Amino acid sequence: MPIEVILPKVDMDMATGKIAKWHVKDGDAVRKGALLFEIETDKAAMEIDAPGDGIIRNITAAEGAIIPVGQTVALIYQDGESAAAPAAPEPLPPVKPITPAPRPDAVPTAVLPAASASGRFPATPLARRLAKQGGLALESIAGSGPRGRISAADVHGALARPAAPQHAEPGSYQVTPLDGMRRTIAQRLTLSKQTVPHFYLTVNCDLTRLSEIRERLNAHAPRDERKLPVWKLSINDFIIKAMASALRQVPDANVTWADEAIHKYHSCDVGVAVAVEGGLFTPVVRAAESKSLPQISMEMKDLAARARARKLLPSEYQGGTTTISNLGMFGIEQFTAIINPPQATILAVGAGLERFVPVKGQSVLRTQMTCALSCDHRAVDGALGAQLLAAFKTFIEEPALMLA
Amino acid sequence: MNAPLRELTYAQAIQEALATAMEADKRVFIMGEDIGVYGGAFQVTGDLVHRFGEDRVMDTPISELGAAGIAVGAALAGSRPILEFQFSDFATLAMEQIVNQAAKMRFMLGGKVSVPLVMRLPSGSGTGAAAQHSQSLEAWLAHVPGLKVVQPSTPHDAKGLLLAAIDDPDPVMVFEHKLLYKMKGEVPEDAYRVPIGKAAVRREGRHATIVATSIMVHRALEAAEVLAGEGIEVEVIDLRTLRPLDTATIIESVKKTTRLACVYEGVKTLGIGAEISALIAESEAFDYLDAPILRLGGVDSPIPYNPVLEKAAVPQTPGIIEQVRNLVKGRI
Repeated sequence: MPIEVILPKVDMDMATGKIAKWHVKDGDAVRKGALLFEIETDKAAMEIDAPGDGIIRNITAAEGAIIPVGQTVALIYQDGESAAAPAAPEPLPPVKPITPAPRPDAVPTAVLPAASASGRFPATPLARRLAKQGGLALESIAGSGPRGRISAADVHGALARPAAPQHAEPGSYQVTPLDGMRRTIAQRLTLSKQTVPHFYLTVNCDLTRLSEIRERLNAHAPRDERKLPVWKLSINDFIIKAMASALRQVPDANVTWADEAIHKYHSCDVGVAVAVEGGLFTPVVRAAESKSLPQISMEMKDLAARARARKLLPSEYQGGTTTISNLGMFGIEQFTAIINPPQATILAVGAGLERFVPVKGQSVLRTQMTCALSCDHRAVDGALGAQLLAAFKTFIEEPALMLA
Repeated sequence: MNAPLRELTYAQAIQEALATAMEADKRVFIMGEDIGVYGGAFQVTGDLVHRFGEDRVMDTPISELGAAGIAVGAALAGSRPILEFQFSDFATLAMEQIVNQAAKMRFMLGGKVSVPLVMRLPSGSGTGAAAQHSQSLEAWLAHVPGLKVVQPSTPHDAKGLLLAAIDDPDPVMVFEHKLLYKMKGEVPEDAYRVPIGKAAVRREGRHATIVATSIMVHRALEAAEVLAGEGIEVEVIDLRTLRPLDTATIIESVKKTTRLACVYEGVKTLGIGAEISALIAESEAFDYLDAPILRLGGVDSPIPYNPVLEKAAVPQTPGIIEQVRNLVKGRI
């Protein structure tokens, strides 16, 4: 029997996936462990290796086609096996591009339905009828059911979305189809902004002591054989540590919202937003309250590099109770961020800027950083959020306390 | 003026229907194994032999085919026989008389005769009576044109459907559930009828329809109560009659709720759930379906003697809750 190569489930909620690139072609000899293809999921690209030795045949999934998890995408024939046996299913056509149906506003938010072998989209009879009545093409509706099946609720959702104003002549702009990451960002943040009751708290943090300590620590960093420092702490490393320390001090804020319950965590896992080409990732620094600043710094450097290469494992960007989003490097003075559900908070960090502040009636020049904490009011009330942000400010302004 | 509420068990309600019919009509008599002095294997006939005498409450030998032949002949000759099978499983011995004779006479003789025969059949599992005494064969018999098949789920319907069956000019098979005999419920004293061929909506809902039969009606209602606490409103239809099927009630309900689950004790494969599913697929309700149709029936196995396996072989309330929840939440 030839070995079946299937589209594996690489992410918790994954129902379908797209083969971004095949690294082998029909007739190639492969060895177990050799790279076969790359999957693009909502979040990341994953490399899939050969499950055994043999000759690869019957590649049935085209690059770019959206296919259900578990489907056979190729067969590996071992020595002596005839590749003539037509064991493979019908090749699947690549998924149709989103056609601007009668309603050009139908923007899918979830998984686009996978066209079945017959080119039809799975939908319940009621959904088909409602879509027809509403003038919506099925392929423009995201199905929420098993195998991407479109239900009546999915059609109602698509119909309820307000029509986007036609503000330019077709041809006067370039169309960029959404990739999995863009779709996920759109879906999750729309859900968050529409359903999570945000409130915002703002403080200014004095960076005088933190800057001094950072300089001294970096000056004492150990050197490698080429006399280069092994680590270099950034302000952001201190912010991660300070946020984790604040969560440890205010454990009631170290929570996620779970609809029927609030989950309170034992360790302080802090997500950090990393901008990448075409989107962003939020890798999570686990138990940051118990890690040293150099540990956090080196871990963050590795996570950020792999995020930019889209090589993070799902387990590395899932979880956490808060996220740090720092736009200081762009000179942004202050902003507010959208919570990444089910996390309870997100900290928006501005640039360190020199400001004159009153000290004992005198105008004194100080470097300050403005931070805004967005809180999910279902999980974190105003006073609790204020305690968390006040603790964070204390750790930033008195970094030595993080050693306590 | 409302009559005072009076409760009888399912078995008592059947006995009351038998006595009412025998008092009202001299042509009515009952026959079966151990139904006389012994009072019936499930004590349904009780002391009727003392009230109506051995000519009208007749013990038969252990010979189902012979008894059924006598009953068919008596019905053709103008009597109104009611034949009790001790267990519905034993009706298999009398198939020639039931399927080839009782069900066919009216059609083969151009409507010049009819067979006003009532058969009572204690059925279903849950009593530890093992594979030969626990079956639910109602779908078998409902497959035969010329027979009517009813399945009362309450004491009220047990009396009313039996009286309607005795009135009926054609053979009617009344499948009673052994676990329901001791169930109590309100039963009016008058000789009311429950129409054959009419289902009952036991609970209204808007998210899913459960079509259930016999004891499964009660499990479906328990499930609906739990699901109501989660915001899932389930409509529960008690089918009551398998043949002729009340298609209109089912179709209207599915058009309203857009989801259908069939819950029945008979073997799932080729059972009543298959018929109802196909009925919906062929009807105007198809275009209203927003989920696959769910069938919860008995497993494809003889009913086991082991009590744990016996329970696992037919739908139970927790399973109904879970599966109907999945149905409504779009997980199947």
